[in-house]
Amino acid sequence: MAQVTLSNVKKVYAGGVEAVKGVSFDIPDGGFCVLVGPSGCGKSTLLRMVAGLETISAGEVAIGERVVNQVEPADRDIAMVFQNYALYPHMSVYDNMAYGLRNRGTPKDEIEKRVAEAARILAIEPFLQRRPRQLSGGQRQRVAMGRAIVRKPQVFLFDEPLSNLDAKLRVQMRVEIKKLQRALGVTAIYVTHDQVEAMTLSDKLVVMNGGQVEQIGVPSEVYRKPASRFVATFIGSPPMNLLPGKVDGPGIVALGEAILQARDLREDLPAGTAVEVGLRPEDVEIASEGAAGSLPFDVDFVEELGATQLFHGRLAEHGFVMQAATGDVAAQPGRLWITVDPDRVHVFDAATGLRLGRA
Amino acid sequence: MQKYAHFKGLTIPLLLLLPQLAITLVFFYWPASQAVWQSFLLQDAFGISTEFVWFENYRLLFSSPEYYKALINTAIFSVFVAGLSLSIALLFAVMADRAIRGAEIYKTLLIWPYAVAPAIAGVLWIFMFDPSLGMLARGLRSLGIAWNPKLDGTDAMTLVIMAATWKQISYNFLFFLAGLQSIPKSVIEAAVIDGARPMRRFWTIIFPLLSPTTFFLLVVNLVYVFFDTFGIIDTVTGGGPSGATTTLVYKVFSDGKGGSDLGGSAAQSVVLLIMVIAMTAFQFRFIERKVNY
Repeated sequence: MAQVTLSNVKKVYAGGVEAVKGVSFDIPDGGFCVLVGPSGCGKSTLLRMVAGLETISAGEVAIGERVVNQVEPADRDIAMVFQNYALYPHMSVYDNMAYGLRNRGTPKDEIEKRVAEAARILAIEPFLQRRPRQLSGGQRQRVAMGRAIVRKPQVFLFDEPLSNLDAKLRVQMRVEIKKLQRALGVTAIYVTHDQVEAMTLSDKLVVMNGGQVEQIGVPSEVYRKPASRFVATFIGSPPMNLLPGKVDGPGIVALGEAILQARDLREDLPAGTAVEVGLRPEDVEIASEGAAGSLPFDVDFVEELGATQLFHGRLAEHGFVMQAATGDVAAQPGRLWITVDPDRVHVFDAATGLRLGRA
Repeated sequence: MQKYAHFKGLTIPLLLLLPQLAITLVFFYWPASQAVWQSFLLQDAFGISTEFVWFENYRLLFSSPEYYKALINTAIFSVFVAGLSLSIALLFAVMADRAIRGAEIYKTLLIWPYAVAPAIAGVLWIFMFDPSLGMLARGLRSLGIAWNPKLDGTDAMTLVIMAATWKQISYNFLFFLAGLQSIPKSVIEAAVIDGARPMRRFWTIIFPLLSPTTFFLLVVNLVYVFFDTFGIIDTVTGGGPSGATTTLVYKVFSDGKGGSDLGGSAAQSVVLLIMVIAMTAFQFRFIERKVNY
């Protein structure tokens, strides 16, 4: 068990493409860090650099006290779970898990003990003599996890491990991964493009875009105070509404005719500064018609999701989505009056996309 | 419900199959049955009288020491050619798979020899190893090695083995390279993280995963050595000196054409036919049972 430290890590491919443009953060011992971002954002490259499968162009990766830039993957004391499981197809489940231990000269009885223990934890004891192709996707995923845990590594690396599973199994395995990591207390780095996985699993969330870190923080903070327009729309489902507006005074923004309070807005901005106002669909509340500070929202159609409904329509002449519990509002087109808690109004610089929040 | 569209009745399917069936019948079954029929006949040297002799040709064949010599020659020849061309091709493929710069050029160059006709390949090797003209033969002599494939049976065998191997490496290389490239990269990476050093990785992961390719190539190579090396042997040694490089297929030719023993030659080709059928059947059974991870 160890902490992982990345200092100004860069990856430049032959030909000059910069996949990772100087990333620094650290993960405390036993922490669960999720790297999330759209495809091509450099998250997998970063993980593979920690694993040692990609060379590090600049900067330093340290596991524990040791800088591992020049250390072979096998000697970094890490274990990795791959997206397509990467099981050895010609070996039994038992041999798949024992392979890494055998390569390290672990005594036979110790191997048996560890594999048996991992198999018990993961409930794959009945399959130990089977080949990977005789297993279902979820079972293969467990074997891949088993191969990682028998090694008792310092760090677990997960490269989109659940994206090949169906939706139901994904939720189940997500919970199991989190439980397992807690129980073992091993530091974990987890790469995903799924923001739900990112929010639920992490205790440190790193949002990446275009080879750079957009925001680092605990999930609730990233959700409540997204540092940029990108993070705001990437984290949260359905995504945050963004509407062009202007600063209208300290803590006040204007959306066309309408006026909205934004408690977190920086106070030193001159009136008229072009901004983008972010409102989460789930933060929108229904007000009585014409109530003070309420905005008119013209609903075009409604999507039923069961427990909630999504209202699609137009607000201040821009597309807008609102989420409400089923039954709160009549599910029909027409005009609604809405308000948003001033604490939940996000304001971003129209040019840079950065959050214009108080320090 | 049927999964695919089906034709009603038999007429259209039969018509569609007819060209293929006709070709198979005319070019495979008819000559093969002729060979079987001929193997039961004995003809005099001038082709005037023909007699049905049952298994006399086979009896003569299996009591002839030359036939056993050809059998042993074929065994030595095939073990060396298949073994060498497979292992060299595998080595090249592993190297090419790892090459980063110039990989395409390297691959293209390695594939070229496959385009050379066997007889031409043979002539090429004759020149290189000709005791009086050959560059390489001179080199060998300067190293103190007495080299003369025209007189020494072992030298002659070595020469045809080298020529036949050289010719087959390209083909094997192509298949091995394709096989290597179909192994998922992440499996190799998992093995790297699991602490397997390159040699161990090769023997415990890559080689087993290549085994379907290797097995397929082994059968194809044996068929190659049994039949397609005729051109090389004919140009390089002509089966000599004193039968040292006469393989089964070459003996079929020399007994039938040179020796005018059509019955005996036919009996030999029937034996060859049975051997190849056995190999192919074994291959199919093995592939059904084992391959496809």
